[in-house]
Amino acid sequence: MNLSTTYLGFDLPHPFIAGASPLTETPDGARRLEDAGAAALVLPSLFEEEIHLESLATLHSTDSHANSHGEASSYFVEPEEFVIGPHAYLERVRRVKDAVDIPVIASLNGYTRGGWLEYARLLAEAGADALELNLYNVVTEAHLSAGEIEGRSVTIVREVKDQIAIPLAVKLSPFYTALPHFAGQLETAGADALVLFNRFFESDIDVEELAFASDLKLSDSRELLLRLRWLAILSGTLESTELAVTGGVHTAEDAVKAIMSGASAVQMVSSLYQKGIDNLARIKSEMTIWMEEKEYRSLAQMRGSMTIRTCPDPQVLFRANYMHQLRTWDQTRS
Amino acid sequence: MSTRKMSTIDGNEATALTAYRLNEVAAIYPITPSSNMGELADEWATRGRVNLWGQVPRIVEMQSEAGAAGAVHGALQAGALATTFTASQGLLLMIPNMYKIAGELTAFCMHVAARTLSTHALSIFGDHSDIMAVRQTGFALLGSSSVQEAHDMACIAQVTSLRTRIPFLHFFDGFRTSHEIQKIALLSDDDLRAILGEEDVQAHRARALTPDRPALRGTAQNPDAFFQAREACNGFYDACPGALEQVLRDFAKRTGRDYRLFEYYGDPAAERVIVIMGSGAETVRETVDFLSANGDRVGVIVVRLYRPFSVPHFVAALPKSARTLAVLDRTKEPGAVGDPLYTDVVASLHEASRTGTLPCAASPDVLAGRYGLSSKEFTPAMVKAVFDEMQKPAPKRHFTVGITDDVTHLSLAVDPAFDIEPDDVIRCVFFGLGADGTVGANKNSIKIIGDETDHHVQGYFVYDSKKSGAMTISHLRFGPRPIRSPYLIKRAGFVACHQPGFLDKLDVLEYAAPGATFLLNTPHAPDEVWAHLPREVQQEVIEKKIRFHVIDALTVAREHGMGARINTIMQTCFFALSGVLPRDEAIAKIKSAITKTYEKKGAEVVRRNHAAVDATLAHLHEVTVPAHAEGTRERQPLVSGDAPDFVQKVTGLMLAGKGDLLPVSAFPVDGTWPLGTSRWEKRNIAVDIPIWDADICIQCNKCALVCPHAAIRAKVYEPDALGGAPDTFQAVDYKSKEIPGLQYTIQVAPEDCTGCNLCVNVCPAKDKANPRHKAINMQPHHEHTDRERANFRFFLDLPEIDRAKSSRIDIKFSQFLEPLFEFSGACAGCGETPYVKLLTQLYGDRALIANATGCSSIYGGNLPTTPFCTNAEGRGPAWSNSLFEDNAEFGLGFRLAVGAHESMALRLVKQYAATIGERLVSELLSADQHTESGVSDQRKRVVALRAKIRDIDEPDAQRLYRRADYLVRKSIWLVGGDGWAYDIGYGGLDHVLSMNHDVNVLVLDTEVYSNTGGQASKATPLGAAAKFAANGKAVNKKDLGLMAMNYGHVYVASVAFGAKDAHTVKAFQEADSYPGPSLIIAYSHCIAHGYDMQFGADQQLRAVQSGIWPLYRYDPRRVLEGKPPLVVDAPGGKIRVQEYMKNETRFRMVEKIDPERFQRFAVQAQEAAVRRMAVYEHMSHLILPGASEGGE
Repeated sequence: MNLSTTYLGFDLPHPFIAGASPLTETPDGARRLEDAGAAALVLPSLFEEEIHLESLATLHSTDSHANSHGEASSYFVEPEEFVIGPHAYLERVRRVKDAVDIPVIASLNGYTRGGWLEYARLLAEAGADALELNLYNVVTEAHLSAGEIEGRSVTIVREVKDQIAIPLAVKLSPFYTALPHFAGQLETAGADALVLFNRFFESDIDVEELAFASDLKLSDSRELLLRLRWLAILSGTLESTELAVTGGVHTAEDAVKAIMSGASAVQMVSSLYQKGIDNLARIKSEMTIWMEEKEYRSLAQMRGSMTIRTCPDPQVLFRANYMHQLRTWDQTRS
Repeated sequence: MSTRKMSTIDGNEATALTAYRLNEVAAIYPITPSSNMGELADEWATRGRVNLWGQVPRIVEMQSEAGAAGAVHGALQAGALATTFTASQGLLLMIPNMYKIAGELTAFCMHVAARTLSTHALSIFGDHSDIMAVRQTGFALLGSSSVQEAHDMACIAQVTSLRTRIPFLHFFDGFRTSHEIQKIALLSDDDLRAILGEEDVQAHRARALTPDRPALRGTAQNPDAFFQAREACNGFYDACPGALEQVLRDFAKRTGRDYRLFEYYGDPAAERVIVIMGSGAETVRETVDFLSANGDRVGVIVVRLYRPFSVPHFVAALPKSARTLAVLDRTKEPGAVGDPLYTDVVASLHEASRTGTLPCAASPDVLAGRYGLSSKEFTPAMVKAVFDEMQKPAPKRHFTVGITDDVTHLSLAVDPAFDIEPDDVIRCVFFGLGADGTVGANKNSIKIIGDETDHHVQGYFVYDSKKSGAMTISHLRFGPRPIRSPYLIKRAGFVACHQPGFLDKLDVLEYAAPGATFLLNTPHAPDEVWAHLPREVQQEVIEKKIRFHVIDALTVAREHGMGARINTIMQTCFFALSGVLPRDEAIAKIKSAITKTYEKKGAEVVRRNHAAVDATLAHLHEVTVPAHAEGTRERQPLVSGDAPDFVQKVTGLMLAGKGDLLPVSAFPVDGTWPLGTSRWEKRNIAVDIPIWDADICIQCNKCALVCPHAAIRAKVYEPDALGGAPDTFQAVDYKSKEIPGLQYTIQVAPEDCTGCNLCVNVCPAKDKANPRHKAINMQPHHEHTDRERANFRFFLDLPEIDRAKSSRIDIKFSQFLEPLFEFSGACAGCGETPYVKLLTQLYGDRALIANATGCSSIYGGNLPTTPFCTNAEGRGPAWSNSLFEDNAEFGLGFRLAVGAHESMALRLVKQYAATIGERLVSELLSADQHTESGVSDQRKRVVALRAKIRDIDEPDAQRLYRRADYLVRKSIWLVGGDGWAYDIGYGGLDHVLSMNHDVNVLVLDTEVYSNTGGQASKATPLGAAAKFAANGKAVNKKDLGLMAMNYGHVYVASVAFGAKDAHTVKAFQEADSYPGPSLIIAYSHCIAHGYDMQFGADQQLRAVQSGIWPLYRYDPRRVLEGKPPLVVDAPGGKIRVQEYMKNETRFRMVEKIDPERFQRFAVQAQEAAVRRMAVYEHMSHLILPGASEGGE
């Protein structure tokens, strides 16, 4: 079965990519994923804010007590090699890149204009084959409008694109008022692909302690439905920008749905954690069997068969969908 | 002579720069003020810097200076070029090896930042008492007077030692030279090579012990041989001065810097000559210049080679005209004819006179002076006083200078107005806080000016005794000539006060010269600030015609995300106002220095600092000074009028920074000091303080337990005690079924709190509607101080709980007991002091505490104030610090003495049984004193006993009367840090634990040498970066607890109050009640771990949950009960060790250097924790066969 696909300009033998997670963090981990059959991998994000916070916290912990007492001018050694910054991440890019032959996609989450641009350039220089911008942020300021936020994002994408020669993907959250319009702007700005969708870190509440409980939960197949809808819609609105799915692909059937909805690539993380990295090859194999049973000739034949442009009932993807479900629910109840 | 590279560095670095390149091995042990030399050497070795022979020297940190000396001795014997760096007590510990090294004629050079020896008190500061304590070892003693000399003599000493085989001790004054920053000319590698005789090095190596050419050393000799053999070295000593002279000539030829063994400076026809060594010589030279210019015939002999003392060279330096010599010693040898340099000079003159080599017509008269002990200031005015004394017809033959001795009247009067400082030297004084970065910025400024201009520079920094809210005073000089003024600035052209609150405490402008510029950081606008100044400050500004500038640096810092770090902002103002450099150039240099200083910490830190510098000048304003002082506010006395007389007169002056004015008579003769003086120093250093919300409080008392400074307290009391309470005083019903009907209060000591936030973080009670609001919440200090001050005063007068009524002391009850350790100078958020405080709450009224040197001895007993205090009956902890290394033995001595007193009292009780009465005797002898009520009952019995024997006029009866208090059980505590218990004091600790005496050892384990600045100890955990383990410690922490359990008769507990406070309290009680040796190893979070101390308790919990710090109790009594002696109370395994490590800079530093190394350490630490717990788990199921009870 011909499962080949192209994503971010790479000819991939199949669409299954290891998504950003600690699994892709080390050269050994990357090598294991390559051996397990991943077509490409996305490194964990470089968080500009994390670097800044660590920088300030380290300054506080090392310098606020220095030169305060006659017996100790400092409390720490600071070897030459000790540097806070993106250096360790960049080194990781280099080493992972050296360790594998599959495309290595670096991921960046900036929070200042300078950070986005500078770190994007450094990641490209470090040898990343492509860059995924992780546009995730929680906007809590009431004075900021959706237009301003989207405008900033588009500017960042344009400026980054102007600065680097490698392909650029943009990972989005689902919470945009007018996603097709925004996606179109990103396409104009130079995004080669959009990745749907980022999964948020969500805090639970410990009701005994009246505190937040932070527990990163893995995805499941139910989360895929939201992504399928937007893959299907954006496939119909974007000209050339490719789409990838991340979050909720746990079975071969999930993957088939994503491809049918227009995804060129399928990023996997949670299922690799739950069932091991061999699950990637297993799903690929199961999808192949399924496609053979259904007499598909290739992935290309299947891709985009259920988008807004091609599906038999596009109204399901619109508002009627909601109404229809309500009626269905009512009927079931009665 | 080529142009030399100049560098702006301190004396320690200057010395280390030379020593590092000339050696292959350095074995060291940290001790103030020499620690930096070893640290720099280790840092350079870690970076791969090579010595003259292209090799990276091997630097090892040993368990003590004795260990360092042993390692060096061995390295020398095996043919290496080896060195060490030390001071004071460390040097004393090296003495045995020094005799050996000298006796074996070993080429060796060590470097000492000379420091005071502990006598009636410890002092970290500088004098020559340590040097003088080794003058008999056979080492040559070569002294430097300045930073440049320290750099040069480090080379000269080593070269001469290699040539003569006499080991050299090169010394310079601790702090004054070791920590003074100067611009010096550096010796290049080629210089060192040119001066060093490679053939001497080869000769040294040829003497190496090697099985290829075996030799035998270290024999034992008998009366027939020893004496002659000891004399066999004489020729080497005789040759040493001449050899040194030759090296000095070679050195001068190469560098242009000409030094002599004894260097005369001054009028060739001088009649009065001072003989002196060390940094004081610089002051004398400077004063001689001034006096000579005014026609005085005076001079100075600078002693460089003190041992071997060359009489011919000394007399050759004497001017023929000399009539009177004043020999100034920076040491005290009580009971001697005179201090050592004096006796050497007198003997030399006598010899020269008898051999006819004296150049003077008549042997000069010699006066003996003592100066500068413990870095006491030595100024030109004092030098002038000495010269003046010398021309008196009947001068004091033995005198002191620099103090007022109103007891034995040895001191000379000094004219405080005498000032010789030239006008072309720019003098600046800065008052800052340790935490605001003032010193760091000033060090940068000195470097900028030193490196970028032709100016010569000098920087010296005076620090506080306190570790929280510590004040720093920076003294900076810049001038066209080398600066030879090793004393503090008294008349500055620029004075900066970086903290506005200082103006209310100190006479900051005392340092300002007329017409000086004064820069104040203040929140007040330029047109409003005047009204906010104390009247005295206004007066001084007007009278001295001071140019007054202000900046709201805190606002600028906060606007740029720098918190309270105002250093670069104030530095920018300094350059703008002082004009040392053109303004734009200065700003560019500051920014470049910021980049250099902070780039390793991240681009964001650099960006924020740069932005703040750019914004600074717009906020800097000159204040128009009114013609008259109009302020109504006056500077308040630092100590309340309610304080005892001693505190007001002595402590008060010290707190005001005027302790130098106190005369000898003000001081106790033997170092004994009153308790409880810290309560009179109201420091008000917190920005926010905890305020209690009684409605939400669940009365757990955890806030009081964790408070490092006893600044938040709990009390229960009868409701009628509330009569007269301030309106704002809060009290609620005490929730207790056992003791109903009482009132309960949590009260903050608003002026003593350091604002560390630990209490708020541990508070478990949250407002249900707004969980961010807890039962205690940090609120602005200034909004609550007045109210809470009155409340705290009322709180203190509320009756203390009756200890005797406690059936059981749990965590909650323990915090109703009065803390007898309060308001120490420990760091804000200190992880050690809550344990010390708990100790005093539980046993303070009957405890003797032996305290090893270290953080705990500094916050426990560093003047001006003392935090250990007494209860209403006048009882409290009897506390003392002997040394670092001997604390276990010292504490054992307490136990032996108390045992002797107790035995005598018991014997005499029996002897007077008939008089005392059978029942009382029986009760006295058999009293169970393991409960508070038991102790209380015994105290009552002692009162009854005394009443019965008071009037018996017999020696034994009176002996019993005096010793009767020993019938009340005493609790002996041996307290110290991990440096003591794991390293330097381990041998003694191990021995004391082996002996089965009833002592309680409390190890405050910060896992690093905290007091001296974060050097690795054997308690440092695997993976933590520390000094001497820069890339992370590669081996596991020593399991001290397991080693002690090995004896079988030692009670051992591992505790962490932040993880399980009830367990800590239980362990303390078990340790105290256990009749043999007890060891409590207490996890103590520390600033050297690298995170915000307000999260100390959280991090303790993580340590315990991860298993890296298991909680356990090993109680030998359980063996007799047929139970396993070890109970594991918290085995860990709940989180990964990595989750603990990730929160601390000491571990993360390794990650930043090498993430994979960090990961490796994390895995190894995890494995080690699991393995260790497996051993404990196994032991916790072991039921041992019963044993008969041991005992003393």
